[in-house]
Amino acid sequence: MRIVLTVNGAVREVDVAPVARLLDVIRETLGLTGTKEGCGEGECGACTVLLDGTPVNSCLVAAAQCAGRSVVTVEGLGSAERLSALQEELVSHGGAQCGICTPGVLVSAAALLSRGGVPTDAEVREALAGNICRCTGYQKIVDGVRAAAVRNAAAARGAS
Amino acid sequence: MVELYWLQGAVPETAAPTAEMPPWGETKVVGTRQPRVDAYERVSGSAVYPRDFTLPDMLHAALLLCPHPHARVKAIDTSAAEKMPGVRAVLTGRSPGADVPWYGRGDKAASRLFDDHLRHEGDEVAAVAAETPDQAFDALRAIRVTYEELPFVLTPEAALAKGAPSLHAWGNRYGEPSVYERGDLAAGFAAADAVVEGTYSTACELHAPMEVHGSVAKWDGSRLTVWDTTQGVFAVQQAVAEALKLPLAHVRVIGPYMGGGFGSKLEGGKYTVMAALLARATARPVKLFLTREQEFLVTGNRPANTMKVRVGAKKDGTLTAIDYHSMGSGGAYPSGAGTAFLATDLYTCPNVRAVDENVAINAGRARPMRAPGFPQGAWALEQALDELAGKLGLDPVALRLKNVPTVSQRRGNQPYTSTGLAECLRQGAKAFGWDEARARAKGTGPVRKGVGMAAALWGYGGGPPSTAIVKLFTDGSVNLNMGAADIGTGTKTVMAMVVAEELAVPLDRIQIEHADTGTTEYASPSGGSKTVPSDSPAVRAAAVEVRSKLLALAAEEMKVPVADLALDGGSVVSRKDPAKKLAVTAVPGLQRQQVLVGVGTRGPNAEGKVVSEFAAHFAEVEVNERTGEVTVTRLVAAQESGRVMNRLTFENQVRGGLVMGLGLGRTEERVLDRQTGKMVNANWHDYKIPTALDVPAAQEVLSVDPKDTLCNTTGAKGVGEPATIPTAAAIANAVANAVGVRVKDSPITPPRLCALLHARGKVG
Repeated sequence: MRIVLTVNGAVREVDVAPVARLLDVIRETLGLTGTKEGCGEGECGACTVLLDGTPVNSCLVAAAQCAGRSVVTVEGLGSAERLSALQEELVSHGGAQCGICTPGVLVSAAALLSRGGVPTDAEVREALAGNICRCTGYQKIVDGVRAAAVRNAAAARGAS
Repeated sequence: MVELYWLQGAVPETAAPTAEMPPWGETKVVGTRQPRVDAYERVSGSAVYPRDFTLPDMLHAALLLCPHPHARVKAIDTSAAEKMPGVRAVLTGRSPGADVPWYGRGDKAASRLFDDHLRHEGDEVAAVAAETPDQAFDALRAIRVTYEELPFVLTPEAALAKGAPSLHAWGNRYGEPSVYERGDLAAGFAAADAVVEGTYSTACELHAPMEVHGSVAKWDGSRLTVWDTTQGVFAVQQAVAEALKLPLAHVRVIGPYMGGGFGSKLEGGKYTVMAALLARATARPVKLFLTREQEFLVTGNRPANTMKVRVGAKKDGTLTAIDYHSMGSGGAYPSGAGTAFLATDLYTCPNVRAVDENVAINAGRARPMRAPGFPQGAWALEQALDELAGKLGLDPVALRLKNVPTVSQRRGNQPYTSTGLAECLRQGAKAFGWDEARARAKGTGPVRKGVGMAAALWGYGGGPPSTAIVKLFTDGSVNLNMGAADIGTGTKTVMAMVVAEELAVPLDRIQIEHADTGTTEYASPSGGSKTVPSDSPAVRAAAVEVRSKLLALAAEEMKVPVADLALDGGSVVSRKDPAKKLAVTAVPGLQRQQVLVGVGTRGPNAEGKVVSEFAAHFAEVEVNERTGEVTVTRLVAAQESGRVMNRLTFENQVRGGLVMGLGLGRTEERVLDRQTGKMVNANWHDYKIPTALDVPAAQEVLSVDPKDTLCNTTGAKGVGEPATIPTAAAIANAVANAVGVRVKDSPITPPRLCALLHARGKVG
């Protein structure tokens, strides 16, 4: 079946099998391999993408459900020219190591930051509770997310 | 000779560099905090991992694994599967070229690529290549296998019982028990004022890296290229060449990015050989990746161990005797399960006996997992010492300080190149506020607070062989060529920093080629916390050679003795007269030659010395006596790993190690069903690794740097493994401090703790 959806701001028309997972359409059909498959069972969060702004495990979403909807993957978080504040802060804090959980972590954190303000340490942990990381021990991810929130808040004040 | 688990055969060697490389004094780049040089790729989604590869006309493969813990294949019928839509090849042990010895070489191999005798749930039975992944998985279900189910054993005790089923022709033991002895144990215990004794156990842990194992294989005539998820491309190259009887030169293994291994990706995998065989049979590229469930079953584990410990000491804390016995299982095929190292070497003790037993069981084969054997040994030894301190009325830190060794007793009483154990204990205790925390009230409600600590050493400090190449181009930019994989630890970044230090080139002007057997130089697999101490000296030597060549060319032009010249920024400068200066890009010799090449090698370690890393961890916990829940509220790690090369990646390693140790202590456990012999938690829902909610925000990482100038020419030792060894034991000691109950079996789960509290009358 053919569906039309918006991926990282661009309208895409794709031919998908009725049972195809959103994850496979993103990775295989669209070639956006930044999104990773950690388990395929909704346990690890590596494949997290934003679906109409809400983080979802794309391994558990049927692509057919996404017709007319908007998907944002890790590739859509920054621009071609530069990384987002969130991506930059994860780099400078050392919140990305092997890099397989990183795209999902970034997407979950982006959803949290889109609410505005500076989340507490506990709020960041809660938002990232569905993203397993085996390398970092999490603290540098949490620190990076909060630093990005501070930058975003300052930028928002500057803009207003 | 300490067993080097990542190497086989002859003692490794590369030639010592001829250039003088005195220890660095003040450094400009090394030791600073640098973000990863490939961080952009990892956070933008543009890094291409092996699983992300799609080659033209590529097939997708899937594996059929044995559903039984012990069985024999009576018959396999693949005819229906072969006729399924999209199926292009079905591979079994009967297929051409597939009868390959595995787990050992030649006649000594314990199994085959596909073995009719299946010794654990997950042993490989068949593989299918098809046009799509779904078609491959569908075809697996059409393969008809007739199994004869066999009786199975899941514990070493059962495996050694009379009448137990044999896994191997030689029985169920992997060699005779290894026995280490020094001094007179009986005399040591006779001289003791206090003796403690206990039996401890650690559950089997899974590596569970975020990236599953797998390969993409492609043939060009008789030459094979593999993109592999590996810690060591050269190990995979050797395994594949041997399995397929190919010249090494015809097997190119590339590991562009990889998503964590923790020891499970040190060796060549069956899946790589199967992908290559399927690709050869179909004359098309093949991608073969495990599923997460398969990953849990067949890619290794930290074996479960049971450890009996008896320790004696004088009133003042001087250790007089350690009697240690460890029983473990390498699993269904030969692999290490020893844990005795720490008991023999962490503390000064004249009378020691340590025994390691390793027995075959019908469960997945072990593989080295982040400091193999050491966290288990620490769990037992460091809890025993904690108990001993209590019995003697001594502070646990003071007890350990009393017994800090200056020589490695296990390794011929040779001195360490440096030993920071005492400083780790002192500085860690100070940063933690140990004395104050010990004196603090534990609380009167259901939630009790406690603190604990544990120490460790790690037995390996790197060594040869390693070769690296550095090239300087006409515009002053640099290429670094090295074989080591960057498994997420920041290897590329650290090595680039070494080049930047010697050549005064900004990091963003350094391009790195790595982990490619076709185009980069030999390095042993990235594991054992030895990548930096093994490979950074080779990289330094290569950079130093380039600098020497450049300065010689500049000296010609500048008419200044080469000894007076130094590199500063992008220029060659006279030390005596800084006005005499020549831009690197203006050195005519460089422009004439177009490139200056330096080849660096890793020389041997210092004769008569031992290189080890040291650590002390401190933990604070809250224990709910009603529910048995343990919350780790604070962790402090003091690490002695020689020079810190990159403050950021160093701290990354320590924090990651702490949390993996927390998993061992609190949540991680492979559960095998006693009735069926099957793993019941082969998924991340039921196999619990720590999440962001389980980790305390209060963590401190200290580095103790004794300025070790003897370990190698960069002064760096390893950190990834020592950072995870004592954490779980420190947590267990903190729990004991909080509630007066010692949990001797990992993990410390609420049911386990509640039962112990109940037995002590502390609940209700």
